[in-house]
Amino acid sequence: MPIDKNQVKKVAKLSRISLDDDKIESLTKDLTLIINFVEQLNKLNTNEINPLTSVVHKTLEPRNDVINDGKIKNEILKNSPSKNEDFFIVPKVIE
Amino acid sequence: MSDLNKSSLTNIVNLIKKKKISSLEVTNHFIKNIENSRKLNSFITTCFEEAIKKAKEFDKKKNFNGLLAGVPLAVKDLFCTKNVKTTAGSKILQNFIPTYESSVTQNLWSEGAILLGKLNCDEFAMGSSNETSYFGNSINPIGKNLVPGGSSGGSASALAANLTPATIGTDTGGSIRQPASFTGTVGLKPTYGLCSRWGIVAFASSLDQAGPMTKNVEDCALLLEAMSGYDKKDSTSINKKKENYKSNLNTNIKGLKIGIPKEYRVENMPKEIDKLWKHGVNILKKSGAEIIDITLPHTKYALPTYYIVAPAEASSNLARYDGVKYGYRSKKGKNLIEMYENTRGEGFGDEVKRRVLIGTYVLSSGYYDAYYLKAQKVRSLIKNDFDKSFKTVDAILTPSTPSSAFKVGEKTNDPISMYLNDIFTVPVNLAGLPAISIPAGQDEKGYPLGLQLISKALDEQKILNIALQMEKVISFKQSINRWWE
Repeated sequence: MPIDKNQVKKVAKLSRISLDDDKIESLTKDLTLIINFVEQLNKLNTNEINPLTSVVHKTLEPRNDVINDGKIKNEILKNSPSKNEDFFIVPKVIE
Repeated sequence: MSDLNKSSLTNIVNLIKKKKISSLEVTNHFIKNIENSRKLNSFITTCFEEAIKKAKEFDKKKNFNGLLAGVPLAVKDLFCTKNVKTTAGSKILQNFIPTYESSVTQNLWSEGAILLGKLNCDEFAMGSSNETSYFGNSINPIGKNLVPGGSSGGSASALAANLTPATIGTDTGGSIRQPASFTGTVGLKPTYGLCSRWGIVAFASSLDQAGPMTKNVEDCALLLEAMSGYDKKDSTSINKKKENYKSNLNTNIKGLKIGIPKEYRVENMPKEIDKLWKHGVNILKKSGAEIIDITLPHTKYALPTYYIVAPAEASSNLARYDGVKYGYRSKKGKNLIEMYENTRGEGFGDEVKRRVLIGTYVLSSGYYDAYYLKAQKVRSLIKNDFDKSFKTVDAILTPSTPSSAFKVGEKTNDPISMYLNDIFTVPVNLAGLPAISIPAGQDEKGYPLGLQLISKALDEQKILNIALQMEKVISFKQSINRWWE
């Protein structure tokens, strides 16, 4: 199924990625190629097949609900591009 | 000292342990090699001062029992290293300095290894040629304009050029085995869950697995032993006893049954690869193994399955790069949403954008069943093929790649032709199985080619043993003239 420019714009919006107009053009072409390629799978009948969600045969082990870290505020804030002593700073959200 | 360029990891460890050479001498040797290797662009970050300091500290120790005692190692820049910049080859992480250490690298340092630096890779490990790295492509030491493969391209380049005695990479669809094949080195992708994923920059979490890249099979066993092991911080980590892969190496492969899958004989495969594959079969026969023709009927669907599953998981994993908590932030944007969009638009490269968009598309409302669920079902079929085969065979022999190393820029305009590089490596990731690529010969241009051995889950020892026997018979030699120095 070919992908059109509007679909690319919509998916870019969902992905929170800004795209220049010329990029939308080339991505429309690339995404169409890739989607056509993966649509080979439609040749297979998979009605009776269960999806494989994990190759690891184990159930998630529960752990005790206790705090095992903390007091690492500075480490958490260290790599933020914009912060003050206690918070990450972002552009204004509420008018 | 130039002998160190010919020494294996195992040799270097033994020399250091016997005090024939100091950790500092070894470290200085590799630092000198790295300083002369700018043209290869295989490093993103070097940590020479810290490495020298640690080597000196190591040399003062009276006794040391670590598997990697005093050995300097460089690692792929996808492993978080405490207080050392970790970029994943991306602009968006160009200044990221982790405050924690990945479990796998911590295992290496606990065994006595010393960090030399961080190696170039495709951006977020998405690529097969190292050309998607924000820091420029790394070059294959085999030839001036050749790609080293990817995504662990800097790792393979540095290893083949003797800039590190061994290294570790990650393999989501072939990112260890394909570059190993392109550079005449050994690379192993372990069983999913054998090595902890904690602290590795995530690409596709159900497929990602770290593994060793080395000059020979013995080193590969040693490094796998050092890096693997249960980690409670990774919920998919397998809780089992640590194996002694190196001391259990054994070249007696008499009576082992080796499967040859007809589906790996693909159209347009170079004759040399077919010849090499037959050569591998003959070696195994002469070594007493029994060759059995097998069928893995869903092989051709592995790549399309992968290009749904991996981008879907990537689109979700990469949602964290929003310019708030760490990483690059765009200066443009009137509000929070625009800041997110511009940060990601400016911070991600083209291939990463393609995959995030594909992933978002296949997971989006109305398309989920047609693409993502369908791919998960086909993934079952691919795994079932292997499960059935391993009821009759011990291991499977295939070529590692459908071609030898290609030229820089040769495949960058066509994403599908780039994806086809991983046609022989991807099925293993989908099924969670271990596989090793060993150098097996050269094509007519003199470029190396690899053969791949696959086993059932957690049977790493068996493929290491078979690989060791094959390595002994093949006695692969690649002459590299160090043109970059």
